[in-house]
Amino acid sequence: MGYPHPIHPKETPVLSTHFGDPDARSHAGWVARGGYVALQQALGMTPEAIVDEVKASGLRGRGGAGFPTGMKWSFMPKDDGREHYLCCNADESEPGTFKDREILRWTPHALIEGCAIGCLAIRAETCVIFIRGEYTEPYRILQAAVDEAYAAGTIGANAMGSGKRIEMIVHRGAGAYICGEETALMNAIEGKRGNPRIKPPFPAVAGLFGLPTTINNVETLAAVPAILTRGAAWYAGLSLSSPKSTGTKLISVCGHVQRPGTYEITMGLPMQELIFDLCGGMRPGRTLKAVIPGGSSVPIMTPEEVADCATDYEGIAAKGSLLGSGGMIVMDDTTDMVYQIMRLARFYAHESCAQCTNCREGTAWTTKILERILRGEGKASDLDLLLDLADNMTGKTICVLSDSCATPVVSGIAKFRDEFDAYLSGARAPMTVGV
Amino acid sequence: MSTDMVTLTIDGITLSVPKGTSVIEAAKQAGIVVPHYCYHPSLPAPAVCRMCLVEIEKLPKLVPSCVTPVAEGQVVHVHSPAAKKAREGVLEFLLINHPLDCPICDQAGECELQDFVFQEGRAGTRYGDEAKRWNPVEDFGPDILYVTNRCILCTRCVRFMDHVADDPVLNVSERGDRAYIGIDPGHRVDHPWAGNIVDLCPVGSLVSKDFLHKARAWDLDKNASICTGCTQGCNIMIDTRDENVVRLRPRPNLEVNRHFICDVGRADYRWMNRGDRVEAPLIGEGDRLHAQDWDVAVERTVAALAAAAGDAVVLIGGRASSETIGWTLQALEGRTVTAAMKVPMGEEAPLAGVPNLALRRERAANLHGALLLGADAPWEAALTVASRAAVVVVLDADLDDAEVEALRGAGIVLHLTTVADPRLPALRAVLPITSVAEEQGVFVNRDGRAQRYLPAKTPPGMARPGWWVASRLWAAGAPDRVAPDTATEALQRLPAFSGLSHRDLGFVGRIVAPVGEAAR
Repeated sequence: MGYPHPIHPKETPVLSTHFGDPDARSHAGWVARGGYVALQQALGMTPEAIVDEVKASGLRGRGGAGFPTGMKWSFMPKDDGREHYLCCNADESEPGTFKDREILRWTPHALIEGCAIGCLAIRAETCVIFIRGEYTEPYRILQAAVDEAYAAGTIGANAMGSGKRIEMIVHRGAGAYICGEETALMNAIEGKRGNPRIKPPFPAVAGLFGLPTTINNVETLAAVPAILTRGAAWYAGLSLSSPKSTGTKLISVCGHVQRPGTYEITMGLPMQELIFDLCGGMRPGRTLKAVIPGGSSVPIMTPEEVADCATDYEGIAAKGSLLGSGGMIVMDDTTDMVYQIMRLARFYAHESCAQCTNCREGTAWTTKILERILRGEGKASDLDLLLDLADNMTGKTICVLSDSCATPVVSGIAKFRDEFDAYLSGARAPMTVGV
Repeated sequence: MSTDMVTLTIDGITLSVPKGTSVIEAAKQAGIVVPHYCYHPSLPAPAVCRMCLVEIEKLPKLVPSCVTPVAEGQVVHVHSPAAKKAREGVLEFLLINHPLDCPICDQAGECELQDFVFQEGRAGTRYGDEAKRWNPVEDFGPDILYVTNRCILCTRCVRFMDHVADDPVLNVSERGDRAYIGIDPGHRVDHPWAGNIVDLCPVGSLVSKDFLHKARAWDLDKNASICTGCTQGCNIMIDTRDENVVRLRPRPNLEVNRHFICDVGRADYRWMNRGDRVEAPLIGEGDRLHAQDWDVAVERTVAALAAAAGDAVVLIGGRASSETIGWTLQALEGRTVTAAMKVPMGEEAPLAGVPNLALRRERAANLHGALLLGADAPWEAALTVASRAAVVVVLDADLDDAEVEALRGAGIVLHLTTVADPRLPALRAVLPITSVAEEQGVFVNRDGRAQRYLPAKTPPGMARPGWWVASRLWAAGAPDRVAPDTATEALQRLPAFSGLSHRDLGFVGRIVAPVGEAAR
């Protein structure tokens, strides 16, 4: 396909096979491309059989945490007589992450099919897809696809004539990053302020409207149909490094590469190849300075760490960072790391839900300190203060937004301390910090 | 050991508590207060302030003790280095945007932020010269101001309005460090129980307009009492400054009012400071009243009573203690006595989230004490009898003009009262008695619960408790009678209270009449 980019030989198109193909968006087009075969198959399977198949595939959550999907599904109670819900997290708002957007834009029926299978696996009759409010075009496309799937009888009171009910509701967010946190998302669907909930209870016990709920990321659910049609063994075999990381992963690469975009790789592809082959490497005359591999919340990596890093859960963890959502931010030698870290901190300060003291006050204070360092008004003690605040913001709150703000600060100071020192000593000229 | 109990260790103290208890409550039982802001025992726990973090062995992270249930064999460290550092960090975060205007803040001296910072906070600031968050003061309701800058976003007020008052007009508005407590446009915090959010606020963010800049907390004397506003019998504290009552606040009693009182009760204290009190016994001679000492007053009053043979009527005000009512009836023994309490009626105002808690329609504190003691005549019937009775005793009751008129036909009128009433006819004695704020006594609430209250200020002049006055009239009537010396003796000698002392009642009270029996 010509758009967004031609598929690179080192890509493994599974989810992205039909990216750029507008005809794949329609129900008929999706069926013509082999769509809804997996759902038909799933309708004939027991929930246990679906869960076992997904367990065997090794599929792990693509939203960031990497929790095994089949195991998550197996936590749902059986024969409890209560209604179950599936939530699909399409609130993709992590800075640098735009891989779910491509699924929503190009292959909405892949998601609908995955959601429907997910419903069958967890004995739910209702799936709520919570889509980021700013995703206006993806929302229109997804909603049209859901309407079509209903009209075709693929989902609804009698899904594909099976007698099983699968309802699907697309719920738009209103612009808060925090609503991508799974329990905040459930509060938002319920019409409440989108604040994360205390866990326990976990969603499988008391989730949406207090009922057993499983929440999965768009990419996770969209991967399920292929696992059913092509087999768990095939999916589990898609692994270039650690056997614990299987299948394909959409990586959205942004920043100072020649060809930013969303790439689908087999788990374990060397990060070096991803950046320098698939994305075309740095701009002419520029060198790699830093990579944030998994959305803005994970530790920053240096070129040395990137050099021999396998792009999968274990490979990146071995380098002290995380695969996260697969939103990769690549920065070259023109980047002012202090400024970039301030921008990240400012994002978290803006998006903190304000529940927990550490996050509400810590993210804003961290931002103020970084701003004053950039203005040339920093003090020698500021770096130690930032690190101590980061410690007070890590592992102490209801959700991990606070930790996410602290992470780039800690790794930034550890790996790029000279840039901070340059501002503190006056060696680097102060900058005007805009709003 | 019952399986319903869990044994755990908190800072080296091993104790057993019921299953399901939170660690923070278990710690309280071990004598350890884990610092906290958002947690309140009468509200759902959101675990947002992150102040009550404690270390529990074998758990990877610190946990909020307010939402962590106890578990068998749990080993909790409230004061481990990690837990203390975490709380010190939270206190620092809370302070960076707090105005530190303690010198002009009403909460100073009873502020949980002050207390815990003093206890566990940093000595100095690391915030430097950065500007603090600033927002204007908001007028939330008839008696509530929101001083936004002092707010620590604990959300107790929001949760009270949502879950307890069932009037969800407050919310958290905005995000991040711009967040503040918002109020629904077009609404006021004017729920009849809204004043509780001022008490619930751990800092000086929600303040009472009535109490604003009135007194410093450390100058107040605080005494346990019972609200006189209605038959609910909410437990309160009377706070005084130099013999002036400056505010009433709820006193926890989980059986009666949990941690709350209504705004009607809260505002009902100015009568306690009245300056126009009767300060000496006044005895009728001819058509004049003359001040006398108590010995003469008792002697003359008893003589007047002896001369007025026939039926008696006792008209009782709603704040009369059980001791006073009982001994007044005792003083009239041998006569046919009709006794009734005047009960003003009002609107009922329940607190939705607490069962059996409401501002009751019957606005008389001791109605059920009166009924228990036999003062159970209908008010109108008692007035009718009074118009031809030989003796009428008006016991600190506020009578309207028609009621005063009904006493025209009475033989003699005795007035045991806090405030004189020149309209009363046939007055032979005005005997000054103490008010609820000045005496120890017992009220019986609508559930038959006897509850004691303590004196909060000095009575004026020669005023004595009503039971003291009445029992001396009784004792003077026959040579073998000995009047009680103390309030508790006065109570114990009333058969309706089965020998209970004030001490027996404690601070939660005791059911003395089966529930329902005392109800009219």
